[in-house]
Amino acid sequence: MAPSIPIFPEQASTLASRVDNLYFFMLATSGFFAVLVTVLVVFFAIKYRRRHPDEHGEPIHGSLALELIWTGIPFIIAMVMFVWGASVYFALVRVPEQALDVYAVGKQWMWKFQHREGQREINELHVPVNTPIRVIMTSEDVLHDLFFPAFRTKMDALPGRYTQLWFTATKTGTFHIFCAEYCGTRHSGMIGHVTVMTQADYENWLGGGSAGGSLADKGQQLFSQFACITCHRSDAQGRGPVLNGLLGSTVHLANGNTLTADAAYVRESILNPTAKVVTGFQPIMPTFQGQVTEEQILALTEYIKSLPAAAAGSGGTGGAGASPAPPTPGPTK
Amino acid sequence: MTTTAAAPTALPARHYLNEQEGVKSWLLTTDHKRIALLYLFSITAFFFLGGFFALLIRLQLLTPTGALMDSDTYNKVFTMHGVIMVFFFLIPSIPATLGNFLLPIMIGAKDLAFPKINLLSWYIYVLGGLFALAALIGGGVDTGWTFYTPYSSMSSNSRVLTAGVGIFITGFSSILTGLNFIVTTHRMRAPGMTWFRLPLFVWAQYATSLIMVLGTPVIAITVLLMAFERVLRVGIFDPSIGGDPVLFQHLFWFYSHPAVYIMVLPGMGVISELIASGARKNVFGYSFVAFSSLAIAIIGFLVWGHHMFVAGQTAYAGLVFSIITYLVGVPSAVKTFNWTATLYKGSISYDTPTLYAFGFIGLFLIGGLTGLFLAAIGLDIHLTDTYFVVAHFHYIMVGGTLMAYLGGLHFWWPKISGRLYPDAWARLSAVLVFAGFNLTFLPQFVAGYIGMPRRYAMYPPEFQVYNILSTAGATILGAGYLFPMIYLTWSWFYGKPAGDNPWGSKGLEWETTSPPPTFNFDTTPIVTEATHQYGHHEEVKVV
Amino acid sequence: MSDAALTQGLHAAHHPRQMHHFDSMAQQKETATFGMWVFLVTEIMFFGGMFAAYMLYRMWYFPGFAAASSELDITLGGTNTVVLIGSSLTVAMAVHAAQLGKRNQTVWLLIATGVLGVVFLVIKYFEYKVKFAGHHLPDGGMIWLFPGREFQLGPFIYGGFDVSQSPELAPIASQVRIFMVIYFALTGMHALHMIIGIGILAVILRMAIRGEFSKEWHIPVEIFGLYWHFVDIVWIFLFPLLYLVHRHG
Repeated sequence: MAPSIPIFPEQASTLASRVDNLYFFMLATSGFFAVLVTVLVVFFAIKYRRRHPDEHGEPIHGSLALELIWTGIPFIIAMVMFVWGASVYFALVRVPEQALDVYAVGKQWMWKFQHREGQREINELHVPVNTPIRVIMTSEDVLHDLFFPAFRTKMDALPGRYTQLWFTATKTGTFHIFCAEYCGTRHSGMIGHVTVMTQADYENWLGGGSAGGSLADKGQQLFSQFACITCHRSDAQGRGPVLNGLLGSTVHLANGNTLTADAAYVRESILNPTAKVVTGFQPIMPTFQGQVTEEQILALTEYIKSLPAAAAGSGGTGGAGASPAPPTPGPTK
Repeated sequence: MTTTAAAPTALPARHYLNEQEGVKSWLLTTDHKRIALLYLFSITAFFFLGGFFALLIRLQLLTPTGALMDSDTYNKVFTMHGVIMVFFFLIPSIPATLGNFLLPIMIGAKDLAFPKINLLSWYIYVLGGLFALAALIGGGVDTGWTFYTPYSSMSSNSRVLTAGVGIFITGFSSILTGLNFIVTTHRMRAPGMTWFRLPLFVWAQYATSLIMVLGTPVIAITVLLMAFERVLRVGIFDPSIGGDPVLFQHLFWFYSHPAVYIMVLPGMGVISELIASGARKNVFGYSFVAFSSLAIAIIGFLVWGHHMFVAGQTAYAGLVFSIITYLVGVPSAVKTFNWTATLYKGSISYDTPTLYAFGFIGLFLIGGLTGLFLAAIGLDIHLTDTYFVVAHFHYIMVGGTLMAYLGGLHFWWPKISGRLYPDAWARLSAVLVFAGFNLTFLPQFVAGYIGMPRRYAMYPPEFQVYNILSTAGATILGAGYLFPMIYLTWSWFYGKPAGDNPWGSKGLEWETTSPPPTFNFDTTPIVTEATHQYGHHEEVKVV
Repeated sequence: MSDAALTQGLHAAHHPRQMHHFDSMAQQKETATFGMWVFLVTEIMFFGGMFAAYMLYRMWYFPGFAAASSELDITLGGTNTVVLIGSSLTVAMAVHAAQLGKRNQTVWLLIATGVLGVVFLVIKYFEYKVKFAGHHLPDGGMIWLFPGREFQLGPFIYGGFDVSQSPELAPIASQVRIFMVIYFALTGMHALHMIIGIGILAVILRMAIRGEFSKEWHIPVEIFGLYWHFVDIVWIFLFPLLYLVHRHG
């Protein structure tokens, strides 16, 4: 870290400049009104200072015209701010199509990152420059928040749910990661760095390899370790639905509802299987609550994503790597 | 006529302070003025306790590695600072002291509608405060004043329940005060005191009371449910047993956002009075200012989700809360412009209350404008949970409410005590507070934008210079708060008698003696004109 | 507000029950009534928070809610509803009698109201007792008040079979526990309000027996009546929401 005193954060992502421009606009407008009112107050206070003890002010009741003006103009400016803010917000939450997924699990008091290729990092995150990165996150315990000041984005990591943020880093270097939701004793220690590398350097770093293979490989090991394969066969003969092509496909539930399968649905089905039973199947899947960690669930989800789509009876249209749906409110049930 | 009379030489023979003497006459009083002083005493004690914790925070943050205390202790210190300042100082402050003292007098009544309930609400406040102290002495709470679950219900090892009980109990004090004020304003106005002749301070208290009455029960039930979860280990908010942590946030902020208007609206009411009196002129656009108090109270109930833009609510909910948040900013802007316009062609004194009013306008301006930054949802993603937010709300609550509270205390002190305080010290303190405050909190905006998160016991070294500036400002600010404690206490015993109307101001409170008699007026006033009409021939007649 | 008392000093002749800070009995009565209405609004907000939590969790956890609700005793609950409605009738009649200055009627009707209130609480006691015995407290084993009474699921019938017998349906246990928390929170808060109401009733009854009420001054009976009606209305909402989830025939 440079020892000089910063007065402004680095702009290291595609959206940082958009956020900063909005900030400058707000500074300028607020500054204008702050200066205007201050100058008027000071000017009036001096010009109309009391000159002798019995003096009083001129009884002026008001002015409808002025009231309308200084209600209307602030309202219009506020609406401009709202629209601009909303526009920047949409850019911040709409993940580009070809984003690289990285998984983050927050726990008291560290960030555990998992790359799909299998690398695991703690409090450090390596990413390639000029590539959209989506971070899908959850928490193992209490609320946390993943904050990248240089990318101008953050999102809470919630236990029991998946949330996400995305960014495209525009310059190489090392930047802060902070936890930005108070989480107990070592909240201020739950910090780290994101290292943005050139594509080549990133390949090299990835090529350093991970002992357990890719995340999907790990998922495959877990799939047999937990005996999922016993019921979830790929030939529609099993007691459980076929999982090929599941993510992104439409699922018909026994209670008549339908949904689009996403990572949250997979997670819920592992932890609370009878909540959403697929039509035509019995509610016999046992729960794995307490047996499987959040990171293992992510690995299993990656494995399911990696299964080839065209299998009998899957009925799905989505493919491997389909994006999870935006976070829905309410607990996963 | 507002001629300043010849300097009075003594206090009136009988007034509310010497009518009855002895501890019992104070602890069993039903006189709203005495109850106001009981509150003044207790909230001042809590203010200094909360301020002491603020000092500890600023000392800890002088160095990046936080050498003063370990993280656990720091977490308790900032939590207790927030809990005490919000629930035991700011929320009661102006309503329970100035509101209690002035509301009946300003409307020409002999007391509030329910004097015994008024006394009860003070006792309830003290009981709640005792629980808070018990939590503190028992080891402290470390959840943050916002008590977010699941940390507060499942993970924290601190005195969450004790503090929760304290907050639950104190909430009823707030509810009863608000109830009392609403009924009083509706039913106890003197003849001729129509709604649109009421002082703007009364309008502000009324709007505040609406929020107190409607919002506080929700925090009560939220704390109760959190306590159930903590004690019974049942999953209302903890997802590992089937609950939803975001539900807690919705319930919590449904009260806690309107709560910030409970804190600032009375301050705005005070400022309206200080400006009108300081400029010897009625407030410009009276009905617009009155209605904006109501608008803030009502719209304020609809914006709570702006504390939760990154909490996991849907994008569409976020947009709705963002746009309504912009709406709630408009009435505050309207008030600021009206106050400024009041100064035009006024006759402006530089007395201490006026200085505090100017300070309020400047600081509330910055606080309110930075609220607009946070309402822009795309910008809030970056700013939320950083020191930018900390600076924003301190500008409003300290730069706003506390300045208004001090200004009001200094304005009505002669009425409350019957005595004057040393002018030079008072003006110096006002300036110190203004300067110290800006030095404390302006750097925090910068640090926040760069990315310094809140609630950090230690931080990366590049933020240190801002923290040092902030701590330096806090020392000056502390002095600015300490001086009034000293000279106001001194003036209570040794100050010059003030006389009925030392400021030459209009208003029913200035038509009675300083201090007032126990039943406020010797005979019921009859009101024939609107408030703060300077330079008119008709005056308030007291029959 | 044009009483003679207006322009006179503090000690003008007035009704012995008129408090010093009021200008007339009419003002005092209107103020007291208005105050009670404002208080009831705060009570609505208080119960409202719990109703909001109930609504959300019912939406999310319907099976658990349906199962738990069907385990509540609908006969006792229904009886309690009738009891409370009856007590609202008697208290309304008591207010009417007080307005007419009829001392004996007022006393008997207040007594009837109190008796019905006590009947409600007794029935509630029996309901709670069944819950304690059947291990249906939402207790996660942490509470020291009722050792050995930790939550056990079942039998809970839902969809025609006993949920407690199916290990796959174990997650329903947490749903049922949430229902029980809300059940005890809502009915417990309601019962607390009933107990306080009966306490106040006792005080008012004593005043009535001593003949303190008259045609001119009976405001305590009126505002008590308002409070009692409110507590009754809360139960009218509680009963279907808690007892009648997914009941068929």
